Amino acid sequence: MTSSSLFNITTFAYLLSMLGFFAFAVSRSKVLGTAASALAYGGLLAQTVAIGLRWKESYALGIGHAPLSNLYESVVFFSWTIVLIYGLLDLKYRYRVIGAFVMPFALLGMAWGQLSLDSGIQPLVPALQSNWLTYHVITCFLGYAAFAVACGISIMYLIRAKHEKSTPDNEQSIVATFPAGRVLDDLNYKSIMIGFPLLTLGIVTGAAWANYAWGTYWSWDPKETWSLIVWFVYAAFLHARITRGWAGQRAAWLSIIGFAATIFCYLGVNLLLSGLHSYGG
Amino acid sequence: MTSSKKTISQSIWDFFCSLKLTMFTLITLAVISIIGTVIPQGTPPPEYLHTISQNKLKLYKSLGFFDMYHSWWFILLLSLLSLNLIACSVKRLPAICKTITRPVRVMDDGLERSISNLTSIMTSGDAATLKDRVAAVLKAEFAEPVVTETDGAYHLFAQTAPWSRLAVYAVHLSVLVIFIGAIIGSLFGYKGFVNIPEGESVGKVMSRSEKEIDLGFAVRCEKFSVSHYPNGAPKEFKSILTVLENGRPVAGYDRVPVIVNDPLNYKGITFYQSSYGKYGEHEFTVSDPDGSNPQPLKMQSNGSAKLPDGSGICLQETTPDISRFQSGLNGPAAQVEVHLANGENKTFIVYSNNPAMNRMNLPYTGGKLLQYRGGEEFMYTGLQVAKDPGVWVVWVGCILMVVGIYVAFFMAHRRIWVRVENGTVTIGGNSSKNQGGFQLFMEQLMTKLKKQLPLEDNK
Repeated sequence: MTSSSLFNITTFAYLLSMLGFFAFAVSRSKVLGTAASALAYGGLLAQTVAIGLRWKESYALGIGHAPLSNLYESVVFFSWTIVLIYGLLDLKYRYRVIGAFVMPFALLGMAWGQLSLDSGIQPLVPALQSNWLTYHVITCFLGYAAFAVACGISIMYLIRAKHEKSTPDNEQSIVATFPAGRVLDDLNYKSIMIGFPLLTLGIVTGAAWANYAWGTYWSWDPKETWSLIVWFVYAAFLHARITRGWAGQRAAWLSIIGFAATIFCYLGVNLLLSGLHSYGG
Repeated sequence: MTSSKKTISQSIWDFFCSLKLTMFTLITLAVISIIGTVIPQGTPPPEYLHTISQNKLKLYKSLGFFDMYHSWWFILLLSLLSLNLIACSVKRLPAICKTITRPVRVMDDGLERSISNLTSIMTSGDAATLKDRVAAVLKAEFAEPVVTETDGAYHLFAQTAPWSRLAVYAVHLSVLVIFIGAIIGSLFGYKGFVNIPEGESVGKVMSRSEKEIDLGFAVRCEKFSVSHYPNGAPKEFKSILTVLENGRPVAGYDRVPVIVNDPLNYKGITFYQSSYGKYGEHEFTVSDPDGSNPQPLKMQSNGSAKLPDGSGICLQETTPDISRFQSGLNGPAAQVEVHLANGENKTFIVYSNNPAMNRMNLPYTGGKLLQYRGGEEFMYTGLQVAKDPGVWVVWVGCILMVVGIYVAFFMAHRRIWVRVENGTVTIGGNSSKNQGGFQLFMEQLMTKLKKQLPLEDNK
């Protein structure tokens, strides 16, 4: 079995898992929920093995390096971290239906990678030949993934809030399967509590690497600046928790804006702006 | 008079302590930082200047948009953020310190009413025995309690991680520490750049602000090389560098390989592999088409010159032997580009021993015959040079920040008070965060406690 066919299986599993979560939200059938979860965890396992295989395959080609070096590898890793963070949240808090709002992100990443990105294993250019690459990419993407999960939860929160305003007490609607508003608000906060330290660590390891390789820990490169913008937004979110006025809907919006900034930091900077991170990671 | 003065200073103080200011600064910083990622920073490249109007350029320049992260308004916002977090810390720290160093050890009525996790257990036995049992459970399951005796009742108090309340302030402090490190770096450090041809040495580098800096020692580039992967992508850029003191190699710094991601550090100054190029001088002659009246024309590698008719010429590449690229020909050759009067650019090859082929270029060189005479070429290495005495302060700040955030998010100051009287044990507790987790912990503690106490039947 090659990594590439395993990645295809992963994509398929995430697709079925997402559809399963949708069906679960509509039907409230416990079996469907369990199946969707099982598919998510199965996909995660397949993807873990695939990433390991790809790592091994790169050594077989004589250009061994961690599979974190280009846009394809990063988007695959991003989707792996999203399912991982969702899995941790699911094991701890048991709100299955959140999968319906998180799995689409993971599927989107895998589908984009598998369908339209160059998946060839390339040798590392000199700028990336460092162990810092692994630490930096892992911490950043775990952070991004936690923000993706927080964004999914915030969208649920807003849908629920809007629904409660327009048609309260409608027990038949899909929204009634969502966790309560304050639970979603709290889970949003908890996800960001996971993401923020990881993003901080990601920025710090990036600065340490930049200082080691270029002699400047900070050069206001667009990627660096955008990571700081993301950090500012979530710092604002965390401070907002202290004031009651910024909880609930406003916090949900801040979380969504934060994830939009995260996506721009990850993709927009590479695709639209020029700078030092031109290799697509 | 004095009272109005007090309200003014009070309101200024409140302004700097306010969370509204925090939200304003953080969000404003996030939004305006975008400017510098869209508008190029530093000296704007000509391609960019063509895309904007003169008025816009003037406006951007006057607003400092081309160096916005060092502009007065950006620094002002960072200062505002710093003042805000200092003021907030100064306001809240004394009370926090009091909570930590002088904890309330006795649960009185006021405290009892404010606690949500409160349980009373009816029990038999005298207070002194009960107290010892409760203390043992607390010590095993939570923390060793302090016992206070008043009015025939025993008051037990135990707590964990009271210092975790300081973590938020450590994070705030870490931001200031990082700023201080950055300021030290900009005052006492520099970033520079130097090109060193193979076999040559330099003792001075050019800083980014175009100032010449004397290193106090010299660096020689012994050799520079590039290696490639089979697919043609670069694999390694390597300079062999030697540090010279008074013209002599320094032990341990003789012929050190320096590659990207593996710099050379000497006396607090670090040299980073950054770029490379060719360096050399090439000779051409410009003559009449038959070769008479030859005039020498010199060009640097990748340099440019003017032909007699005033059109510009650039040297792109040279080779000591053209036969590697074009079979049937031999000798040195150079590829040049001529900027013609009609605005067109023409690229062609100039040979050293093939006047017939060179004559085909007469239309581009103003009717004169251009011939290559050969030249010498060396590689040079381009090194980034940096000295930053503030960098360790920045790392201390970063570590403090990461540890501080971890403690602030995931550790809580938990406190438990117990009042033991004859026949009743009252337990209350609170936590600085994660109320849900603490409630669960308290429920489990109650279960264990009840097992250790002689319970009254059916109560």
